Amino acid sequence: MAKKGDWVRIHSVVLKAEERTAKLPDDTKACDLEQWTKGFLTEDAEIGDEVTVETVVGRMEKGTLIDDAPYYDHDYGHFVPELIEVDKVLREEMAEIGGIR
Amino acid sequence: MALAKDYASVMGRSNDIQKQALGLDYAEFETSPIAFDYDKLMTSTGYTLEEVNRVQSQFGVGNTPLLEARNITKLARKYAKPGYGARIFIKDEAANPSGSFKDRRAACAVYHAKKLGYKGVMAATSGNYGAAVASQAAIQGLKCIIVQECYDSHGVGQPEIVEKARKCEALGAEVVQLTVGPELFYSFLSILEDTGYFNASLYSPFGIAGVDTLGYEIVQQCREKLGKDPDMVVCTTAGGGMTTGTARGVRMAGCDAEIVGASIDLSGLSMASDVDFNKKSCTTGHTGFGVPYATDPDHSDVPRSAARPLRYMDRYVTITQGEIMEMTEMLAQLEGIERGPAGQTSLAAAFSLAQDLPEDAILVVSETEYTGAGKHVQPQLWFAKQNGIDVRLGDPKDEVPGKSVVLPASPALFQYKEADIDHFRQSLIKKAVKKAGVKPSDSDLEFLAEETKTDVDFVKATLEENGLL
Repeated sequence: MAKKGDWVRIHSVVLKAEERTAKLPDDTKACDLEQWTKGFLTEDAEIGDEVTVETVVGRMEKGTLIDDAPYYDHDYGHFVPELIEVDKVLREEMAEIGGIR
Repeated sequence: MALAKDYASVMGRSNDIQKQALGLDYAEFETSPIAFDYDKLMTSTGYTLEEVNRVQSQFGVGNTPLLEARNITKLARKYAKPGYGARIFIKDEAANPSGSFKDRRAACAVYHAKKLGYKGVMAATSGNYGAAVASQAAIQGLKCIIVQECYDSHGVGQPEIVEKARKCEALGAEVVQLTVGPELFYSFLSILEDTGYFNASLYSPFGIAGVDTLGYEIVQQCREKLGKDPDMVVCTTAGGGMTTGTARGVRMAGCDAEIVGASIDLSGLSMASDVDFNKKSCTTGHTGFGVPYATDPDHSDVPRSAARPLRYMDRYVTITQGEIMEMTEMLAQLEGIERGPAGQTSLAAAFSLAQDLPEDAILVVSETEYTGAGKHVQPQLWFAKQNGIDVRLGDPKDEVPGKSVVLPASPALFQYKEADIDHFRQSLIKKAVKKAGVKPSDSDLEFLAEETKTDVDFVKATLEENGLL
């Protein structure tokens, strides 16, 4: 249960696939045009409910409640061994020309 | 009565919404169905170099350091013939408040919006410009909404773009995110209409005039530091604003350095494709923006774009994603500067271009960008792997966009590819005439020559060859 005033994320379909008339590749044309934004919930609701939020600029936006207390989890990725290999090559190349490495 | 907000109705009101949201009527600059007065557009809003400099200084933008990349220069010389390998300098634009040169554009756009009395600003961008507008809106006290294309149809976001969303929110903006497709413009216009905010377009005259100071500073700093002018300035080319503004500033300073545009080669990937969206390992600075915006500048979010790179560019080169990623690593490992990959497009090209120039030549790379989670060589390569891209060391010439990212097995393998700039010039000329659907007059021919940095004979030959004259 999300409470009125909670910071939440909402989702909506701007255009259904069949409503998309712009010049598009077939793969894109087969998909809905979807939209997300965040704001303060205007009334108590459950995930999946149609709700209205007030965004940080004060705009009222409708959509499906998909997340209460949304956060970012993008990161620095997993180990990429090719980068360590590149670093080694760079050190060797610099050593050959009297570089500090 | 409430206005209809369906797709067709909003798009049908596009011109009126844009006019309202820019406080500028582009009709007054049109001189024929083909031509318009570019200089009048650029001077109409009163942003001279001095005024732009005053605005930017007031809001902490510009006067960024010009750093010499001594170790990278040394390494480039290793692979050049004796006596060759220009000194490479980098304009560290990451030192701007939001971490990129886009602050220069945003400072002027937001200042202009405030001057005209708008309460907020909006921008449609998945790039650093969003953070720049959010930052300047915070500094100058306006509200801000950024609309970005961020996800594929499975809701998987490009890590580079997700990070930019985070940054915009951190700077106080609302971020509206969409899946792939040009109809983002519909959402953008619809919100613009509802809020009455200013369209802080990347392509407005004040936005581009904001970049003029970058080129001017480069020349001034070279003169102060080195007692001479730069011989070559390399600019990452996407929408064309960096190249246009930097070149204008270089010329305003009375310098005739060669202007080279550089883009990441993403040929073969469709920019509007849901599937291709996450096959890209760099989301900006690439040919998917660079070529269409150079050859048809007026398909942006304003009637006439102030970014017209073919007016200024002497050469256009491409470089691969693998070379950009390795250059980012090189900058960190050899120069002790950690920056974002897309900003290294021009540096990767410069590493190879420098080897064509004598040792006493000065080559300046016009930008760097901030780095962070998502927007960093490691997560971007990791994301590539997760999307089935073959990441390996080898010869970057073998890279196939959307299939592989090939990090040069030796720095000796960095090699820019010269694009056929005359082909792009011809493409602009053909598109402009076809779009207008009229026979060009003598003054149109002169306009098209200016648009392409060519002459009337070149324009005529192009049109005759295509049966358009």
